[in-house]
Amino acid sequence: MAALLRVRELKTHYFSFGGTRVVKAVDGVSLTLGKGETIGLVGESGCGKTTTCLSIVGLLPSAARIVGGNIEFAGDELTTKRPREMRRIRGGQIAMILQDPMASLNPLFSIYRQVAEPAYYHQGMRSRLLRERVKNLLRSVRIPSPEVRMREYPHQMSGGMRQRVVGAIAMAGGPKLIIADEPTTNLDVTIQAQYLDVLKDIQQQSGVALVFVTHNLGIVAKMCDRMAVMYAGKIVEQGAVRDLFRDPKHPYTQALLGSMPKLGNKEPLYAIPGQPPNLAQLGPGCAFHPRCAHAMPQCSTREPDDRPIAANWTARCWLVGEPVRERYVSATA
Amino acid sequence: MSAPLLELQNLQKYFPVSTGVLPRRKIGWVKAVDGVDITIGPGETLGLIGESGCGKTTTSKLILLQETPTAGTIRFDGEDVSVLEGQELMRYRREVQVVFQDPYSSLSPRMRVGDIIAEPLEIHTSLSRQQLQYRVAEVLDLVGLQPEVARLFPHEFSGGQRQRIAIARALATNTRLVVLDEPVSALDVSIRAQIMNQLEHLQQTLGVSYLFIGHDLATVAHISHRIAVMYLGQIVELADSLELCEKPLHPYTQALFSAALPSHPDERHERLTITGEVPSALNPPSGCRFHPRCPHAMPCCAIEAPVRKPIAAEHTVACHLY
Repeated sequence: MAALLRVRELKTHYFSFGGTRVVKAVDGVSLTLGKGETIGLVGESGCGKTTTCLSIVGLLPSAARIVGGNIEFAGDELTTKRPREMRRIRGGQIAMILQDPMASLNPLFSIYRQVAEPAYYHQGMRSRLLRERVKNLLRSVRIPSPEVRMREYPHQMSGGMRQRVVGAIAMAGGPKLIIADEPTTNLDVTIQAQYLDVLKDIQQQSGVALVFVTHNLGIVAKMCDRMAVMYAGKIVEQGAVRDLFRDPKHPYTQALLGSMPKLGNKEPLYAIPGQPPNLAQLGPGCAFHPRCAHAMPQCSTREPDDRPIAANWTARCWLVGEPVRERYVSATA
Repeated sequence: MSAPLLELQNLQKYFPVSTGVLPRRKIGWVKAVDGVDITIGPGETLGLIGESGCGKTTTSKLILLQETPTAGTIRFDGEDVSVLEGQELMRYRREVQVVFQDPYSSLSPRMRVGDIIAEPLEIHTSLSRQQLQYRVAEVLDLVGLQPEVARLFPHEFSGGQRQRIAIARALATNTRLVVLDEPVSALDVSIRAQIMNQLEHLQQTLGVSYLFIGHDLATVAHISHRIAVMYLGQIVELADSLELCEKPLHPYTQALFSAALPSHPDERHERLTITGEVPSALNPPSGCRFHPRCPHAMPCCAIEAPVRKPIAAEHTVACHLY
């Protein structure tokens, strides 16, 4: 299967104080995503998840620069594209769903106008065809009575409905890839479940690939085929969701899974000691070693590279290949 | 069970809704809390779970005496708190404390951590300066922070550490009940477990009671002994935490559980999808408030509101099915 998106050794750094302070927000991220596949990008706030996504769509803030690596999308190199060319790709080929639906909808334009825009520009649809398209899009995200609803404005809709409208906008340009950056954090649990079901439906109908950025492992378990765990700007473990949940190799993945409360289980949670590191002051060695329960002398001096575990399964840890003494997570059924 | 520490009886809070500029006309009431009965025992954690707008926070405000109830009583240690005055009222305020969701806005950026924690002590006790310092160091130690941090300002701490400071402040006055209003939802995943374990540990050592408000089922179920499920101002089901996880009875509880995210990719629970969204509390549906979204709705559900009745020991549910 040809890869739809291939990110190789991507490095995106933020420069401040005239370039004297460098924050390596993304520092050597490699990802591959096939057609119609869903990958979950997991990590704590500040680990570089969002910067990775913004690098892909070319929407980095001015302080950030891609300093290395490349991004290949459908055979095209994105890092060298001009802003003009990126505009044709963004919305048409790659769409993004952001966290806050109120902030990503324009309060002054009707729902119709906002959903129609990508189809108008990227697919050249006009008049009746466009109206039908918008109606179908709203129907596909389960907005009741779309003919009425598309004449309304964002403030007339509830939070869950607004987020579904954002989903419809993302689909409007007929993208091959949707990047969803924590799309359900502001939603209630039942609304979140409805929304995730809608996204799954859309994906099954259109075969679009999804990058799901989240800190919620439950969402990954429900939605994704593969997952990539990020820590301090690097992907520390990457593989099939099932494998990583069953037998996580990197201590950080193990700790994350162990700190997740499970229904009907009141055993104490594994608490990762310490704080996530400050990316502006990273020392040598593995970034996780100060918090790692299995840290060895070499962890503080030399940084482990990506080590293969099985096909499409890698981890950045010196322990991989050696038996881990104990596990935070007992194998869940 | 021993005598409850806190007892809410048929607690109600209606907010008036007005329209027009002058004269303002009342057009109705938002029944934010509409007949809530719950008890919290000493050293117990009661989880309160529900979607946004269901009245969780209003309930906590009523307990904290930030709002006066429209009807119903709150009893603390067997005493009606609405009639408390003077010393007695101060004692209640001292023994019932709160931790909010966002530790970035609940700590004053202009005060040193030591002063933040000492403030409730200055109000409620007559400790000398030295005794205050000693007590501040003591509670900081309790929540796992170094006593030296008392000199620092909140901006020097991460979210998890700030939440520890907020917990230290809540516990400083020999508190007996802490209202925890979504205390971990603003924190990073790896920090959440730290705070949850800390809260559990503090309860074991100090014997405080918690009212743990949340919307994440797994988190609430993990820390709570009993869970009350709230929908549009009413408690629809109340049960022991493990029993509720195993055997949710009310269709709304079942829906919440089926909407909960799996903890493993192979975990599949039966899907009970409820459609639509929470109706407005301004015009709640007649009869059972859940009936328009309920997959098991019967004709009587639209007419008669079900009463919460016991199904098993410590398990009550308000539904016509049972």
